[in-house]
Formats: sequence, C-alpha cells, structure tokens
Amino acid sequence: MKEFKILAVIMALVGITYYGIEPYAHSVMHPEVAPADFSFKDLKNVDTKLAGNVENGKVLVEANCIACHAIEKAGHPAVMPNADAAASYGVVPPDLSQAGRIYDKNYLANFIFDPVSAMHLQHKYSPESGKAFPMPSYNWMTPQEIMDVVAYLQSIAPKVAEGKDAHKATFEAACGRCHSMKYAGIEAATPVDTIKTYMGATPPDLSQYIKSRGEHYLHSFINDPQLLLKGTSMPRVGLSEKAQEEVIAYMEEIGDSKKAERESLGVWVLLYTFIFAILAYLWKRKIWSEVH
Amino acid sequence: MAEFKKADSMLEWFDQRLGVVNFAKVMMTEYWIPKNINFLWAMGVLLTVLFTFLLVSGIFLLMYYKPDAAMAFDSVNYTIMQEVAYGWLFRHIHAVGASVVFLVIYIHMFTGIYYGSYKKGREMIWISGMLLFVLFSAEGFSGYMLPWGQMSYWAAYVITEIFGGIPVIGDELVVWIRGNFYVADSTLTRFFMLHVLLIPLAILGAIVFHFYSLRFPHVNNEDGEFFDFDEEAEKYLAGNKKESKVVPFWPVFLSKDFFVLGFFMLFFFYLVFFHYSFAMDPINFDKADGLKTPAHIYPEWYFLWSYEVLRGWFFEIAGISGKDLGLMAFGFANIIFVLLPWLDRSPMVKPANQRPYFKYWFWLMMADLMVLTEFGKLPPTGPNAWVGFWASLVFLVLFIALPFITKAEAKKVEGK
Amino acid sequence: MMDESRRGFIGKAFGAVAAVGGIASLIAMKKTWDPLPSVMSAGFTTVDVSGLEANKLEVVVWRGKPVFILKYTADMKPTDGRSVKIGENYFSVMIGLCTHLGCIPGYEGDKKLFKCACHGGEYSADGKQTFGPPPRPLDIPPFKLDGVTLVLGEEGPEYKKMTAKA
Repeated sequence: MKEFKILAVIMALVGITYYGIEPYAHSVMHPEVAPADFSFKDLKNVDTKLAGNVENGKVLVEANCIACHAIEKAGHPAVMPNADAAASYGVVPPDLSQAGRIYDKNYLANFIFDPVSAMHLQHKYSPESGKAFPMPSYNWMTPQEIMDVVAYLQSIAPKVAEGKDAHKATFEAACGRCHSMKYAGIEAATPVDTIKTYMGATPPDLSQYIKSRGEHYLHSFINDPQLLLKGTSMPRVGLSEKAQEEVIAYMEEIGDSKKAERESLGVWVLLYTFIFAILAYLWKRKIWSEVH
Repeated sequence: MAEFKKADSMLEWFDQRLGVVNFAKVMMTEYWIPKNINFLWAMGVLLTVLFTFLLVSGIFLLMYYKPDAAMAFDSVNYTIMQEVAYGWLFRHIHAVGASVVFLVIYIHMFTGIYYGSYKKGREMIWISGMLLFVLFSAEGFSGYMLPWGQMSYWAAYVITEIFGGIPVIGDELVVWIRGNFYVADSTLTRFFMLHVLLIPLAILGAIVFHFYSLRFPHVNNEDGEFFDFDEEAEKYLAGNKKESKVVPFWPVFLSKDFFVLGFFMLFFFYLVFFHYSFAMDPINFDKADGLKTPAHIYPEWYFLWSYEVLRGWFFEIAGISGKDLGLMAFGFANIIFVLLPWLDRSPMVKPANQRPYFKYWFWLMMADLMVLTEFGKLPPTGPNAWVGFWASLVFLVLFIALPFITKAEAKKVEGK
Repeated sequence: MMDESRRGFIGKAFGAVAAVGGIASLIAMKKTWDPLPSVMSAGFTTVDVSGLEANKLEVVVWRGKPVFILKYTADMKPTDGRSVKIGENYFSVMIGLCTHLGCIPGYEGDKKLFKCACHGGEYSADGKQTFGPPPRPLDIPPFKLDGVTLVLGEEGPEYKKMTAKA
C-alpha cells in the first residue's frame, strides 16, 4: 500500500511538471488562432451562386489567361521555360490544369477578381510599396464571366486524387513553384535566386515541416498564413479542404515516412513489454515469498 | 604457483584461472542489500539499463551520423530516420532515453535526499552520484547539438555564451570552447568527440566508482536503520531468510528490480513510439541557421531549473549587473547539491517525514524546483520574470539556511 | 644517510620532469582547441570603404553574421552615436540581423530605410527601429578605423566613443 502512495506522489509531481513545461508552456508560446476557414467567407466580390458556362469560360480563358499560364491538360504548353518565366514575372506562373480542383471555388473566383486581397498580401503590395503583383485584377469581368472561367477550370481538372502520386501532384501544383522538398527530390520551379528576390527571403524547404510545424499548425497556416505569421510574404493560396489534406498527407509521406511502421511496431513492443512485466512480477513474488 | 589439477568441469576450469565462483559470490549472491526497501531502490538498476539502451542505440546511430555542419542534419533526419532499417527506432530510443534518464536520475537523487542516504559514511556515494549527474548533463548537452537543428544550434549558442560572463577570460573562453566566434562546424566536431568518446568513457568509469562506493557503507534502507550486515548475512546463509534484515543482490534484490523495470519499460516504450515530442522538440526539425533566431529558445527540460536560476536575475543590485548575479547564482546552484552532506548538520538518518524541520525544507525545495522548471520554459516577460527572480532567490536561501535548520533540528531531537 | 637523500633528490627530480611533461602536454591540448588560423583571420573582416557608392548597401560577412555598411548621401544627416565618420563621409555600420527574430532586412534605397521581410519591421538608414516589432536598433559591431579601412572585430577609439554615448 505504501508503495502505491509513493508511486502516486511521484506521478503527481511528474505530471504537474510535465503539464507545466509541455502543454501549458506551448499554449502560452503558441496561442490558438481562429479555426481554418475553407469557404473563405471574407471574400465577397463575386457571387458564386451563379452557374458558370463552361463553353464561354473556355473562350475567356483562351483570350485572357494562356498568354502567361500553361494549361497542359487542355493542350496549352508553357509559354517559356521556367527560368525565363520566373525572370519575367518574379515567380513561375502556375499551370492551371489543376486549378479547378485544388482551389476553393469562392477563393478562385475572388482571386481572379482581385488577387492581392484574396491572398491577404495587401501589406506587401500596398500603394506605398510601389510593388505590383504580376497578375492583374480581372475586376472588369462580370461576375457571370468570372464564374464561367471557374466552371471551365473545374471542368478540365482531374476529379480524384488518391495515393502518393496524386498527393505529390497536388503538392507540386499548390506549393512547388516556391518551395523545395529535398527529401522527395522536388526542387522549386522558380530558381532559388529569383524566388528570394520575389519573396524577400528564400521560402523554406518543406521536407521536415510535418515534424517541425506539425499537422495542427499546418492546418491553420496553409489556410491563412497571416494568422500565425503576421507580415509574412507567403500568400494565402486558397486550397480547398481536400487539397490541403492531400498536401499535408504528402508532407507526412515524405517527412515522416516511417509513421505506419512506428505505430504498428509500437503496439507489439508494448504487448511484449507487458508480458515481460507480468512474468517479472510473478517471478519476484516467488523469490520474495522465501524471504518475507 | 601451485600446480593445477585437471578441471572436471568448465566452471572449474574458469574458476581455477579467474576465480569466478568467488567473484560471483562477492558481486552477486553474497552482495547484501537491506530487505526493508521500496521500489525507489530500483532506480539504480533502471539507470544502468537506460544507460545500456543509450550506449547501444548510440552505437547504431554512430554508424550513419555525419559530424559535419553541412551534412549532420540530413544524415539524422533523412538517412537515419527514413532510410536505415529501424534507424528511426534507434533515434527515438536515444532521444527519449536521454530525456527519461534524467527523470530517473532526479527521482534517484531526491530519493537519496529524502532518506538521508548521503551522510554518515555515505558521502562518497553521494559525491560520485553527483559526478555522474554532471557527466550526464555534459553528455546530454553535447548530444543535443549533434542533429544540428535550430534548437541544437541556439541552445548551444546561448549556453556557451554563459561562459562569456566569467570575469577577464570570459570572451576568449567562449571562442575557445566553440573553436570559432560563433557556433560553427568546429563546435560541432569537438562536441561530437566529447559526446561519443570522452564523456561516455568518463561515465563508465564513474559508474564503476559509484557502485564501488556502495560497498563499505552499504545501501541505506527505508528507515535509515544501521545494523551489522555481516551478522544479518550469516543469519541469511544459515537459512533464517525471513528473520534476516538483508537479501542477496542476486536473485532476490534483482527480481524486484526487474519487476519495477518491466512496468517502467511499458511507460518508456509508450513514450518512444507514441509520445516523443517532449524529447524531440519540433523546432529542432528545422535545420540550424545562424542567421535566424527561433522565437523561443529554451534548454531541454532537465536544465530548466538551473537555467531559470541564471535567468531570474535580470536587474542590477548594488552595482552588480543582473547578468553577473545570474551567473553567480547559476554557479552556486550547480555545486551546492554536491555539498549537501556537509550542509545537513543533523546526524539523523531518517526519511524526511520523520525529521521535524527537514521535512519542510525538503518539500519546499521540491516545490521551488518545480516552479523554477516551469518558469524556465515560459517567456521571461512581465510577471514571469518576477516569479523567476523570487523562485531563484528562494532556492539560494533554502540552501544557505539548511545548516541552520538542521542544526536546530539536531538540538530539538537531542532535547527530547 | 647519503643514499637516502640522493634517493630523495632523484625522486623529486623524476617527479619534476614528469610534471613538466604533463604541463607541456596540457598546453598542447589547450592549443589544439584554439580557433584555427583561418578562423582567426576570418574573425577580423577588413573593408576598404573608399570605393563604396553612396546610398547603396554593402553587406560583408563578419563572424558568420552579415554586416551592413551604408555610405550616406550628402543630404542624409548623421546620427550621434550611430553614424561613423570615415574620411569625409558618414557611414552606418551595423549587424544586419533584425533585432526582432534575426532575419536579414533589405535596404530600400529610394525610401532610405531597412525593411524586414519576415514580420514587416522597419529601420531608418542609421538603424533605428521605426516600425513594427523590432525591440531595439540594429546592433553595432566592434570596429576600428584605419584610414579609409574599416576593421570589424577590434574595438577602436571611435567605437568606444559611440558605445559610451549609446
């Protein structure tokens, strides 16, 4: 009985200390932020209830977008090699093949209307800064026209993405123009010097971000970087919830590739140790019965 | 030399040459431990097992680790964690083991303080134990640098910077320790050497010394009772096992240790597989960057209390800067535990709860250490800085007051 | 008697020789840990500032840190305790790490300010924080003037005068 009391005291002391230096200290250092908003409710310039016309969207895209953007999926190859595109625009313009799938519909529509406010980068592209985002606002288009473009982009985008290869494709489309992923052999599409000038700092390699930031942080951060890193020049990219999950899944597949092995082996080792402990207890009881 | 008889068995063959029968008696079957003990007496064996885990997992990590500022991070986080079969397991065991070993060291140490196992002939046990604590601290600190993550780098930066506060030689000493003006490749390679060779050798030596130091004064027991071990051993050997106050190390004492070990391992492996981030700080999965300071820099949890003693002094007193005061307090905190046998002036060897004054001192000290540990991690701003200051002051006062408290206690007990 | 004192003497001599060897080895070991000559020479960065263009930021690396050297134009006013006069011109000499979280700010020549991309902190050309989270001005590294040459890593009289004022 006494030994249980001692154990209880030790567990209490260790538990209090642990609570203080881990959950509590971390909650102080990293306060909770507003939950991720995958409908991008703050963007209201375009009425997304309008049904888009795919045919008209195709015409508008071909007239307005493909001068800068590749759409491999629809037979529009890149206008120039990545390095040249990066040199011209500051960053490689995205291929729009996946845009209809990975970006939230509301975000995409409002992005076309006014990219800078959708990205939450007003502080970077302020009138005083003299900087301008390489893509112009298409606020001269009618909401209907914008929804036509969105409908077209959604119509050409692949519908499903499952498994590691699909996760990789999502990651490359969503993050790979600026970020490298060394452990997966992915190098940022924009050359490192160019992107450094464009962003003000080299965007970090994401190989270990699933470990260094953790799923919880990434979940909020990708959704809106300004919430957790005010003033950062990383844009809000507007991923749909599903696309963001795929990106995070890919970061885990690369950054924590042994997770499944760890968790299954863990169960077996604990089971083994439990048997070890029980037998050790029985043996101890037998031995000590002679001396007590 | 007497002529050897032909041996009848393998045991005899070895016994003739190495005296193994006698050796086993001295080390195991007739090495006497008091019977009146609880599971806290198993911490020594737990530590030995944990150290073995660290040694073995370290050997496997060593085969793939690259001590080079350009390669270290990827050799750990890619090669070992993702490519080497079970490399992740060795790293997890090594990292979690290094953290948990300090938890058990602290339990072991405070058990010693609680039961008064550091005095009246047991001073050398205490001193060799504290030597091991210092060596493990150095081992933990040097090892934490090796993955070359952001926390590795900046903790190394901040801690080596502390030496800069030493008068006259400080600045040069820092450069000498680092081998550069900042934490650099030279720092990594020399700490690598310390971590994998010099300090482990010293630890092995100190463990042997610590075990040896137990031989003459013998292990303490739950009531601090002194008795004649030879007499009790004779009783045991004569078959009066139940009456005897002692048990042999093998198999009786160890059987209890293995039982404690079994349940401890359940806890340990749970941490290794499912709950390791307390020992593998997420920030350390960002590669070291001397040009980018993390938002919060803190040492591993087992250094937090002494770090807070250092940090608690943030303002000038009587013309001495806060930094110097902190350094003095830090120096005091790091040697004061060694002197405990001489600070405790009461001859009583009893559990703290049976000592009229010491029990208050003990629990106050425990509470203060917990406060220091907690606030050592929190950002030192606003009221936190003041809590740190007062907790640091209480720590100093507690140890300065200990001789007087125990002297008074001795008088009171005598007077009864 | 003779024998014993001789043995005493030899014993002491042997002990002394052994001690000398031991101390000499310790000195050698201490020196092995000293920073290498290449590190030492990198610890003192020498910059000839005569060729620098006004209002164009020069970044040199000193002890693993970027150091900003900015030559003032005629219309930029020097700040007491922060601007350094070298020859006829004034300069800012500062460690180029944001005092907030250690990012490297960029210099915007047209507005004559430093801007940190990480959290939007701003500093004036003399390194004083003017906007955002930085808690204090950019740090000034120890330097010595040798004509038009700036030696980073040594404390010259100009540096001591500046730190005394700051």
